[in-house]
Amino acid sequence: MSFERTQEKLKILADAAKYDVSCSSSGSNRSNATKGLGDATGMGICHSYTEDGRCVSLLKILLTNHCIFDCAYCVTRKSNDIKRAAFQVQEVVDLTINFYRRNYIEGLFLSSGIFKSADYTMERLVAVAKKLRLEENFNGYIHLKSIPGASDELMKEAGLYADRLSVNIEIPTKEGLKLLAPDKNREDFIKPMIKVKNEIIQYNSEKKLIKSTPKFAPAGQSTQMIIGASGESDQQIMWTSDYFYKKFELKRVYYSGYIPISNDNRLPQLGTAVPMLRENRLYQTDWLMRFYGFDVHEILNNEHPNLDLDVDPKLGWALRNLGHFPVDVNKADKHMLARIPGLGMKSVHKIIQARRFRSLNWEHLQRMGVALNRAKYFLVCASNDFERRDLTGAQLKSLILQNSTSKYQKILSPQMNLFG
Amino acid sequence: MVNDQDVILVYDGSFDGFLTSVFEVFELKLQQVSIFRKGFAQNSLFGTIKEVLTDPLKADRVWKGISKKSSAAGKSRIYYAFLSEKPEVENLLLRYIQYLFKSEIQIDSDFGNDDVLKVTQIAKSVGREKHRMEAFVRFRLTKDGFYFATIEPDFNVLPLISKHFKSRYADQQWVIYDLQREYGIYYNLETVDIIQLTLPENFNATQSSSEYFAAEELEFQTLWHDYFKSTNIPSRKNMKLHIQHVPKRYWKYLSEKME
Ligand code: SF4
Repeated sequence: MSFERTQEKLKILADAAKYDVSCSSSGSNRSNATKGLGDATGMGICHSYTEDGRCVSLLKILLTNHCIFDCAYCVTRKSNDIKRAAFQVQEVVDLTINFYRRNYIEGLFLSSGIFKSADYTMERLVAVAKKLRLEENFNGYIHLKSIPGASDELMKEAGLYADRLSVNIEIPTKEGLKLLAPDKNREDFIKPMIKVKNEIIQYNSEKKLIKSTPKFAPAGQSTQMIIGASGESDQQIMWTSDYFYKKFELKRVYYSGYIPISNDNRLPQLGTAVPMLRENRLYQTDWLMRFYGFDVHEILNNEHPNLDLDVDPKLGWALRNLGHFPVDVNKADKHMLARIPGLGMKSVHKIIQARRFRSLNWEHLQRMGVALNRAKYFLVCASNDFERRDLTGAQLKSLILQNSTSKYQKILSPQMNLFG
Repeated sequence: MVNDQDVILVYDGSFDGFLTSVFEVFELKLQQVSIFRKGFAQNSLFGTIKEVLTDPLKADRVWKGISKKSSAAGKSRIYYAFLSEKPEVENLLLRYIQYLFKSEIQIDSDFGNDDVLKVTQIAKSVGREKHRMEAFVRFRLTKDGFYFATIEPDFNVLPLISKHFKSRYADQQWVIYDLQREYGIYYNLETVDIIQLTLPENFNATQSSSEYFAAEELEFQTLWHDYFKSTNIPSRKNMKLHIQHVPKRYWKYLSEKME
């Protein structure tokens, strides 16, 4: 491998790949049974963080940034005047192995512009994964992008070598997609998703019968939506997300605030701020749906189509539903504990365990690390000292905001799950 | 406060040594007792100093007793907290173990008890350091063909990370060396052994001089450094969050953070 040429390509093709925010390397179960290289069991590790606080866990690159399509929101689009480059299959393999051996990464996330055709591109992506698995005995994490329109056979092969597959929906609404990515249609994204979902179901049922069934995409599928490029509401985004979670059993949906990259008048202009706070609120909502037992309709609906920016969605819900509070932490079930603003799932579990020994009071809660600055308005415990004033939602909100301004500066990362 | 009847047990710093000390406390029914590792008991302490001879059999008996009365997580919590090497951690652990033996029911999750809570918190910060090291170890390929990394963790986490690296890097020889505690672990393609190195006078842990490292080593460091720069999205920059994730004291070992 010629160092200078690889260096040049890496710069171009890493730069073009960075807009895909997914960097998860968890959820797989590929162990190093053969004394080869790598292990993808357990939680993924962030080996570093970018200066905007995003986890660096995978070598995330495009195979090429040549593309026959012209999606307006994408730097790689055909009509954009940029330097183009393409990796050889072997180059990607060498980079991955050498980065992995030095403990820089958990594995590879390989995506690509579409050159020639969907199948031609997908074939190359699969070739990289295959080589890593079969020739290098590599057991680290591999995430491949499913190219919209790729054939079922190729998707099936991809799933044999990859831990995760993803197709990015990018634009949450049909109309937006038509406007911004006229070459693409929704069916093309959905087809490979259905194929992968069906293969996973089949794998799971065969595995019960035959122990040695080869693994199929053990870390499942994910997708990404761009936020703020097509004037969509939070309700449209999250209802779409909910639909994809349920319909395709996705592991993750990522939300990526649109980063202005062109002067196209269909899009926010260059210099427009990236909607990072909004993005964060969407992640929090996503978390509430997946781990806190909320139904998306409770948080976003026709009366309430957009999330509040000044308070997190759980607090927002509580303020609109004060009738459910205060919650007694010594008696309430997990479901209700999880709805107390300021209380994360970790605190919920701690409370459930610790209250078996004694009734908990404020001091116990505080020492256990439960963040009370917000929670205290919504709970009662083994103490007579609690918020007795009958406050309205608006009064409570201003009281809470006064006391916790700094908290809101801290939570601007898509990968944080803080409700603290 | 320490007074004349107090007994001070001094042990060799090993986990077995600590467990042997706990054994002695129960065996001799010591009431006013504190445990210190050798060299850490202050001379000014009053009381009778007793040196404990590490005895694996006694240590085992205590460990088995603990195992019977706690969950797997509760057990490893004790070991993790021990590896923190925090001042007085032995005495905190002694109280924890005494509470554990005295109680009828499992005390693992009695977070309303001060000692249980403290041990849990210390174990948690050791666990965090373990994860950091698993993430921030950077191997460099030496001329002799093995992968070498130096670390200076806040706590003594080498015993905790060995398994992770062994199963991940099963087909390459590697060394992870703790510069502060002056020992390392070495994987020879079969087993992981504890080693001590005499590093050359002119050895600089943060540089990869061609005297010791393979020719391609610097190339891959450069590629990684470039990669790291390319993944950055300037319009999203948030240095406060960045430093929260990667505290500055770790930067000197991360090649991507070097200019
Ligand atoms: S097909 Fe993919 S790479 Fe090509 S322009 Fe559209 S989004 Fe960009």
